[in-house]
Amino acid sequence: MQKKSNIYRPPSTYLKAIGAIVWKDLASELRSRELISAMLVFALLVILIFNFAIELQPNLRSTITPGVLWVTFAFAGTLGLNRSMAVEKDRGCLDGLLLAPVDRSAIYFGKALSNLAFMLIVAIVVLPIYSVLYNINVFNPGLLLVIFLGSTGYVVVGTLLSSMAVQTRTRDVLLPVLLFPVIVPVLLAAVKASSGFLQNLSMSEIWPWLNILIAYDVIFTAVAYMVFDFVVEE
Amino acid sequence: MKPQPKALTILTVLSAVLFLGALGMVFLYAPLEEVMNYVQKIFYFHISNAWVGMLGFIVAAVAGVMYLVKKDMKWDIVELAAVEISLVFFLIAIVSGSIWAKPSWGTYWTWDARLTTAAILEMIYLAYLLLRQGIEDPERRARFSAVYTLIGAVSVPVTFLSIRIWQTIHPAVIGAGSSSGQGSFGMTPEMLTTMFFCLATFSVLFITLLWYRIRLGHLAEQVDQLKFRIMQ
Repeated sequence: MQKKSNIYRPPSTYLKAIGAIVWKDLASELRSRELISAMLVFALLVILIFNFAIELQPNLRSTITPGVLWVTFAFAGTLGLNRSMAVEKDRGCLDGLLLAPVDRSAIYFGKALSNLAFMLIVAIVVLPIYSVLYNINVFNPGLLLVIFLGSTGYVVVGTLLSSMAVQTRTRDVLLPVLLFPVIVPVLLAAVKASSGFLQNLSMSEIWPWLNILIAYDVIFTAVAYMVFDFVVEE
Repeated sequence: MKPQPKALTILTVLSAVLFLGALGMVFLYAPLEEVMNYVQKIFYFHISNAWVGMLGFIVAAVAGVMYLVKKDMKWDIVELAAVEISLVFFLIAIVSGSIWAKPSWGTYWTWDARLTTAAILEMIYLAYLLLRQGIEDPERRARFSAVYTLIGAVSVPVTFLSIRIWQTIHPAVIGAGSSSGQGSFGMTPEMLTTMFFCLATFSVLFITLLWYRIRLGHLAEQVDQLKFRIMQ
């Protein structure tokens, strides 16, 4: 393991480094529109396929909607995570980033934040379309909170695992296999909390799920912060 | 190549003897349960298998952390050994549990916390093995699998907790569990003795298997080094 240098760096450099990586990702995405467009089209296709596969009857919609939405986000999310890391790896950008004189965890947080931004953009576009297509109002501040917390947990683990997966021989296929078994609590809690908000259940029934989401986010941010160095080390 | 240590041979014989003893206790010593009759006999080995699975899970997590701290390949070998053993024993626990569940709950499978967590744990182990397969460099393979073991070790308790919030119908044998567990039964002292004997037997079996698997890992490493030397 590379020794951390003892040079003093003001805390603002750390935040600046994170900001620079997020900015780089968003700017390149704004110009190429490769990643988000693929995620969006894929997400819409998943919703269409669900429509044929389980026939979203009006009376079933309020119970099935959260499940359909979260499966869509999870699938579209792996697409984005894979792509976002593959771009870095293929063109040697990751090596460049690693050479930069910043703490390596700054790279992790930068990538995680831009991945989170992509997830949320997809969610913001998918939600109204879903509302229109299925005539169900999914605009609910509680649901937006759940989407934020759930996406955070998803991205925190996903970014770490995708930076591992791109360095393997089986890269693209490996990420969902690695990610989905450890993301179960997030998906379960997010689906339950979303359906709680959509069915207007009392907060006392929703809080346990929100607590799990918050706990998961905090725990795995800490774990990822601790182990990211081991993942990118050469 | 080092010859097989004496202690390992003794352990092997001891496991075999204990295993026969456990079988004898289950079928001859432990009394028949009133409601479930012979079906209940599967419980002793079911719980022992799950116990070994848990042991393997804990050993793998500890070995993963030790590898990340010490960077010593021997911990990687321990970790892989523990994961493989745990994978097999959890599978046996799931299958034997399903066989028991059919007559007791009327279904092979329910989405109860313990069942589901065990199933997800199996998926994590399979993903772990796939991850190892995809990496050629042994040092990187060890690093990545240690990280993944760590993530799995942290996520599994959260998974268990989140599924637990759904009502569980699995009978809690020891300690507090939900009182709604179906198919739970009061245990006579003979049954308890049998259960603890089985747990001890399987613990010895676990140590024996782990030792063999670690030895195999070291031998495989030596073979790799020899191959490497010939290729040069």
